[in-house]
Amino acid sequence: MNRRLFLLAPLALASSRASAQVRYPAVTSDQTLAFPRDHGSHADFRTEWWYVTAWVRDDNGNDLGIQITFFRNRPGVAETGTSRFAPRQLLFAHVALADPRHGKLWHDQRAARAGFGLAEAADTTTDVRIGDWSLRLVGDTYEARIAAREFTLQLAFTASAPPMLQGTRGFSRKGPHAQQASYYYSRPQLRVTGTLTLPHRATKVNGTAWLDHEWSSDYLAPEARGWDWIGINFDDGSALMAFRIRTREGSAQRAGGDTYWAGGAWQDSHGGTSNLQPDEVAFTPLRRWRSPRSNIDYPVAFRVQAGTVDITLEPLLDDAELDSRASVGTIYWEGAVRAFAGGREVGRGYLELTGYGSPLKL
Amino acid sequence: MTDGAITAGAARVSAHVSILGATIGGAFRRNRARLALSVLAIALGVALGFAVQLINQAAIGEFAGSMATLSGNADLEVRGPRAGFDEALFVNLALDADIAVASPVLEVDARIKGRDDALTILGVDVFRAGAVTPALLPDAADPLDALRADRVFLSPAAAAWLALRAGDTVIVQVGLREVPLMVAGMVQSASSQPYAVMDIAGAQERFDRIGRLTRIDLRLRPGVDAATVRARLQSGLPAGVAIAAPQARADATTRMSRAYRVNLNVLALVALFTGGLLVFSTQALSVVRRRAQFALLRTLGLTRRRLVAMLLVEGVIVGAAGSLLGLLAGYLLATLALRYFGADLGAGFFRGVAPNIAIDPLAAAVFAALGILAALLGGLVPALEAAHTAPAAALKAGDDAIVFRPLAPAWTGVALLLTAALAAALPPILALPLFGYLAIALLLVGTLLLMPRLATLLLALPPTPRRVPAALALAQLRGTQGQTTVSLAGIVASVSLMVAMAIMVGSFRQSLDDWLVRILPADLYVRSGAAGDSAFFGPAEQRKFTGLSGVRRVDFLRVQSLLLDSSQARVVLLARDLPAGNPARALPLVAEAPAPAHVDGDPPQVWISEAFADLFGYAPGRAITLPLAGRAVTFVVAGVWRDYARQQGAIVMERALYVSLTGDEAVNDAALTLEAGTNIARLRHELEARLGATGQLTFAEPGEIRAISLRIFDRTFAVTYALEAAAVGLGLVGLSSSFGALVFARRREFGMLRHLGLTKAQIAGMLATEGLLVSGIGLIVGMGLGWLMSLVLIFVVNRQSFHWSMDLHVPWTTLLVLAGALLSLATATTLVSARAAMSGDAVRAVKDDW
Repeated sequence: MNRRLFLLAPLALASSRASAQVRYPAVTSDQTLAFPRDHGSHADFRTEWWYVTAWVRDDNGNDLGIQITFFRNRPGVAETGTSRFAPRQLLFAHVALADPRHGKLWHDQRAARAGFGLAEAADTTTDVRIGDWSLRLVGDTYEARIAAREFTLQLAFTASAPPMLQGTRGFSRKGPHAQQASYYYSRPQLRVTGTLTLPHRATKVNGTAWLDHEWSSDYLAPEARGWDWIGINFDDGSALMAFRIRTREGSAQRAGGDTYWAGGAWQDSHGGTSNLQPDEVAFTPLRRWRSPRSNIDYPVAFRVQAGTVDITLEPLLDDAELDSRASVGTIYWEGAVRAFAGGREVGRGYLELTGYGSPLKL
Repeated sequence: MTDGAITAGAARVSAHVSILGATIGGAFRRNRARLALSVLAIALGVALGFAVQLINQAAIGEFAGSMATLSGNADLEVRGPRAGFDEALFVNLALDADIAVASPVLEVDARIKGRDDALTILGVDVFRAGAVTPALLPDAADPLDALRADRVFLSPAAAAWLALRAGDTVIVQVGLREVPLMVAGMVQSASSQPYAVMDIAGAQERFDRIGRLTRIDLRLRPGVDAATVRARLQSGLPAGVAIAAPQARADATTRMSRAYRVNLNVLALVALFTGGLLVFSTQALSVVRRRAQFALLRTLGLTRRRLVAMLLVEGVIVGAAGSLLGLLAGYLLATLALRYFGADLGAGFFRGVAPNIAIDPLAAAVFAALGILAALLGGLVPALEAAHTAPAAALKAGDDAIVFRPLAPAWTGVALLLTAALAAALPPILALPLFGYLAIALLLVGTLLLMPRLATLLLALPPTPRRVPAALALAQLRGTQGQTTVSLAGIVASVSLMVAMAIMVGSFRQSLDDWLVRILPADLYVRSGAAGDSAFFGPAEQRKFTGLSGVRRVDFLRVQSLLLDSSQARVVLLARDLPAGNPARALPLVAEAPAPAHVDGDPPQVWISEAFADLFGYAPGRAITLPLAGRAVTFVVAGVWRDYARQQGAIVMERALYVSLTGDEAVNDAALTLEAGTNIARLRHELEARLGATGQLTFAEPGEIRAISLRIFDRTFAVTYALEAAAVGLGLVGLSSSFGALVFARRREFGMLRHLGLTKAQIAGMLATEGLLVSGIGLIVGMGLGWLMSLVLIFVVNRQSFHWSMDLHVPWTTLLVLAGALLSLATATTLVSARAAMSGDAVRAVKDDW
């Protein structure tokens, strides 16, 4: 691994336990999320992300997957710094475009210390940017502008419902211990419109997206190896988020199989949400794909049972690996998936697989 | 052409080849010793030239390579004064639409505790540097170390130099404080330059440079034209901050050392020239000795042209052998010199550069060709001479002297000398004193052409002595001026070069010494740190200098540097406490503005160094605009002072003025004037105790500074001395060689003299007198010529190369010792040759050639 650039890895950065002198706030169950304040940045917490995944269709009717992620990290090493460069807050961004005709992801990234107005995450509402990459919430619409190496995105994501609070009113547990939790809400069923500019053409795109906003200080248990996560927008207007955290080999197994913890939420087409307990969520791999580059074996098709939902997932593109070990130090699979029930496509969303290479540290 | 004709032609060719081969081979065998000398002479010249070239190339290449590594793939860079500029500029550039990445850098030369050295520490933003300067990215085991304010990462060269590993602590001095920095890892860099990298926020905080940057590396968006962006951005930059391609910085540094490098090359060429002269004298004498042989070959059908060709082939063989040997020796010499003197041969231009030698085929070819050319030219005149002699006359002995008739009419020599005077008055070309070098060459050649006439004139001066050996010696020399000229050429050339260098170096050294006395009037100097720019005395510490017992006065000095032109190195700004009333009294002025008393409302005064005046074209009385604290301030040049310390140019202004313009109250040095009888050791302890800075301060008394400066001077000139010694050595070798040959050729004359009743001792006396007379003439002419050449060196070559003036000081003692050594050596050589020549039987000697 190229350690010089390892630094750019947001997940790796967050893993450092060396910042013991900093007291990060704990995530507690007695908080009530308030908007628009909680759309903004929570700079005291160690880690935060705004995660947008979208299915869009271009002018020619091609289906494309788009992922836009902004990470914020408080490294805790420059709390008392007097320089305006003091790295109190770090910002990272990933963007990926899945085009089945290309066969793999186009992706790019940005990293910066917050400051000077060049890279900032506002604490009033969603307004995060690194140079000319930005994501901000205006009214009920998130506007994203991303100038990546191979393409440019100018997209608007419009919400027609209030945020879907995950866990207990936004308090989402990630393990058996009280501190293993995050504040977490989602914006499913976002309507996407905008422009995708490729080197030789520009195309209007429209479709459906999902946004996650999550922040915490102590996310992943030491026993955890990584997670499988899905966010699915169903054609009937309902939505499902489900995840399971997998154990490291040899760790005590908690919830059957190699699952360390699991959870999720189902929102019906009228906005009613039901929370899913760990034993209500099961991920069963159906098909595996081995990356020819990293040689990592990913389960890219699943049967997911979550509460009353029973679906199978098929990826838009098997090769949705973000092999960024050489640049950002982590490797994960983030792919657009179709959801089938009874042999019929019922929805679309994203599947995220982490920790299949080396254990993920967060 | 038929087969038979071809065979016959081939036979004729092969016959000629074999005759030529036999003749050359025979000549080479008989003159083995002198031949070896000629080869050595050429080898020495080629070796010196090649070595200097290799070292220069290695140094420049390494330096440029290091600069390129540290500049990465920046398209442009923004630079300013050493103290830096406001970081707000970075924000503007980062937001500029044409700029893809703006990477801020804060560079500090941090004095390392316990060492008289500074480590260059570059504060960078790893998130931005990655895209521009990969060599500045830390290799961190814990990624967060790259962001921690107290962690540094060393380049491999720095780690080796400081003998530090990850986990160790390096303590640097900031102001008078000690600041520990932990070595958290390395930077992966192929550069041989020692440097360290840390987070830019940490660097600003730890080095008290909050809000300051020294450089911004820019990466432009694809398709954007660098020149256009540069032009657009330059106008918006604060005064004293420039935007330029990174190459400009490397060019500025290498340009500063160029004059020095060219000087070394010229010295090497001088050695080669001396080698050529030696080939000339060897060949000339060898031709004389083989006159009868050549005449015989001519009568056997050898054409003139073939004879010339044959003799030139001899020269080429000598040249080729010498060149080959010289290239080998040059490579060895360069390797050794780099190991023991460093890349700039002790001159201090390339700090921290440790280059490797790479053989450059082109340079090797050029110097080999020069060596062969020198040998060829040395052999040309004797060859032509041999070819033009009528065979019949040459077969008879006794007319050797015709060979040595004056080479050219007198007016040529006079014309060359006059041209030399004109050339010396011309300005430099491309900042190099090319006309100065030309003047020296013309002086030398002109004098050599006039040598026969000068010898006649000088030999006519003494009355004919009463004693027989002396009378014979004088008569011999008066009668054979041609031969004398050949011997003299070598002596005059080497003596003049030696004397010129001795006078120049002597003048420089004395001027430097006088200058040091002048600029070090105080009794004790206190420096906040031994090296780097991280140490200083703040206002609180300056107050602790007041009320010291035994101290009459304290003058503070602030050293800063300003960027006036991105194609030049930064100039030094010296803000000094100057004596009230007559501030210029403290400076070694060489020119002053004729202005009346300075009145209020006039622009404030600055005094510029000679180098500054030359490089930027300013003269006393002129207005000058300087960028101070980001603003352009107009001053008037009140005078020009002599400065041997800062070749990039320096400006002096009053410190009170500097503080009022910049708000920078820190100082680097304090100069203490003491009352008589003050105990300096006690004073030092008191100061250290008051400042709470044991070990950080550097104390120096003027005597020590002078000694150190002169030692540095001598080290710098060590290479010059070595080259000079080589040239003189060659001259002496040439002298003894030609003398030996002459004496050998006159064996029959000695036989005759013996028959006429002279004793061996008398003949030896005669030869010794001849030696004395010839070397005496050589000395007189050589010294006169050397004095003229030294004037060109001092007032033209040095002034134009290094922009400093010096006073003429003739080092009489050195010259007298040199003259004495030369005279005794010449006489001794003659005697040794004489003894060898007379060892045989007198009768046989007379018969020998008849």
